[in-house]
Amino acid sequence: METLYSVTVGILTACSIFLILRGRSFPVVVGITMLSYAVNLFLFSTGRLTIDGAPILGTQDSYADPLPQALVLTAIVIGFAMTAYSIILAVRTRGEVGTDEVSDSDSSSEGKR
Amino acid sequence: MLQQHLAILPILIPLFAALLQLLPWGNRPQPKRRAIGLLASILTLIAAVALLVEVQQQDMLVYLLGNWDAPFGIVLMVDRLSALMMLITAVLALPVLIYGCYAEDNLGSHFQALYQFQIMGIMGAFATGDIFNLFVFFEVLLISSYALMMHGGGKFRVRATLHYVLLNLLGSALFLISIGVLYGVTGTLNMADMAVKIQSLTGDQAMLAKAGSLMLLIVFGLKAAILPLHFWLPQAYSTTTGVVAALFAIMTKVGVYSIIRVYSLIFGADANELALVAHDWLWIMGLLTLVAGAIGILAARDLRLMVAYLVVISVGTLVAAFSLSSAATTGATLFYLIHSTFITAALFLLADLMAFERGKTASRIVSGKKMANHSTYATFFLIGAIAIIGLPPLSGFVSKLMILESAAANGHNFWLWGAIIGATFVMLVAVTRAGSKMIWHTLSGKASEQSAPLGKRIALASLLSLTLLISIFANPIRQYTDAVADQLTDVDSYPVHVLKRAGGEHE
Repeated sequence: METLYSVTVGILTACSIFLILRGRSFPVVVGITMLSYAVNLFLFSTGRLTIDGAPILGTQDSYADPLPQALVLTAIVIGFAMTAYSIILAVRTRGEVGTDEVSDSDSSSEGKR
Repeated sequence: MLQQHLAILPILIPLFAALLQLLPWGNRPQPKRRAIGLLASILTLIAAVALLVEVQQQDMLVYLLGNWDAPFGIVLMVDRLSALMMLITAVLALPVLIYGCYAEDNLGSHFQALYQFQIMGIMGAFATGDIFNLFVFFEVLLISSYALMMHGGGKFRVRATLHYVLLNLLGSALFLISIGVLYGVTGTLNMADMAVKIQSLTGDQAMLAKAGSLMLLIVFGLKAAILPLHFWLPQAYSTTTGVVAALFAIMTKVGVYSIIRVYSLIFGADANELALVAHDWLWIMGLLTLVAGAIGILAARDLRLMVAYLVVISVGTLVAAFSLSSAATTGATLFYLIHSTFITAALFLLADLMAFERGKTASRIVSGKKMANHSTYATFFLIGAIAIIGLPPLSGFVSKLMILESAAANGHNFWLWGAIIGATFVMLVAVTRAGSKMIWHTLSGKASEQSAPLGKRIALASLLSLTLLISIFANPIRQYTDAVADQLTDVDSYPVHVLKRAGGEHE
């Protein structure tokens, strides 16, 4: 299970990094969303992977660590909100600048308000 | 009663103020929102001063949220460093808010509430003693900063914000990964507890923790704008409005604070296999950041961009000096941090005022119309320039002297002396050129008729006068920053204070 899990996290991260390095804002946003999935899975595994373990002490022989679950929950909420915000921002940039190229196409923009 | 909850007040006051400001306040909500904002900023300032006094008496305030015992619940840990940073934030926030109340807050919606949320996030990041909670407060301050940076709208601002947002989202993801690694290795999120656990790591576990700690360095480096990660800063700071840029003067310092906190408490000199794991990187990157900032300042053709590079230079100085990791340099570094925060904020406001009164030429470094309050700005510029460059007698000189003097005791002083004095010379050239172009070489003809409100100038003057106060009261301030540095080197005192209530039965 550990191997499958780590390979999944690894592939997700690799794909997201590939997408983040693209030059347009849409793939970058998708890449960041994917990265946040990878991060959430990774965080979940920091409490060690256990099967059939309740996060309560003393009820069973094996128990799960409840803290990473709480962390993942927080991370999901924040990540979801930020993805929504960055999509809106990317759409607005597309509307105002006229292109969704991430890089500065015109160097004359420097310093103007 | 209030005494007991003092540690959380600087977080709660802005939070409640922001919530109140979001209520519908009738047809003309802005005056009421401004009143709430100003009142909240004054209260926050009082709370920050009270915290500083309190911390001097009893070293460290530990506040257990929800009264959960220390390593299990989230804990606020206000030591001398936190109290100092919170006071800097509160002192900076008030004049900048007063400046913002002169119609700057009408450029977009909810400026006032976002401002308070921003303060809340910054205060929380300084107060917390839990590394995941630090991430949460980073997000709180970042989310407000995303919205504030957009304040006023416009093509270039939107694009700069998009870059800023995407970069910081990536930073947040890395932050979570490194927290995950550290939690997986140590089994705790409490910074004081982690400092204890890190000491006993060996072999593979230590290597994992090292990977986690260096990834954290990338995150904090991104926030603080250290060399390979500083490229977002000049564009972001120079395109946003003056008020927001002035408030953001404290934002890079949040990154610097996190570096100081994590790499002196958790990965400090006592961490056995992981002792001073990041200091070599900080040393090289700090020096290179200084150089990069100096090059940038020479190339800048806009006053706002120039001030943004001055921020980069100050970050480089702070990081390089901190990496020498002696109590004396840390004390001097913190003194420089106080000075540089206020003075860069003041320069952002000054650039904004000058841009407004110059009209068409704005803040570009070219000769333009005479400004309506020409002599006032010339005086402000002179004071600001002397302070930021580091000429006697103002605080810049005092603080740079302190850094150089304390570095002389270390072996590395040649490089640090060279970089700081070289950067000072470059700053002298660049700032003088900007000043003479914009203030002396005015076009003949009538002066501009656009005059900025008196209140804005007073707010700026009060911010600038802090540099005088820092120079006059240099001795007591230095004594305090030295006390901060002493506390930071005394890593063992943190677990004693923070974990004292956690009995042994849970271990």
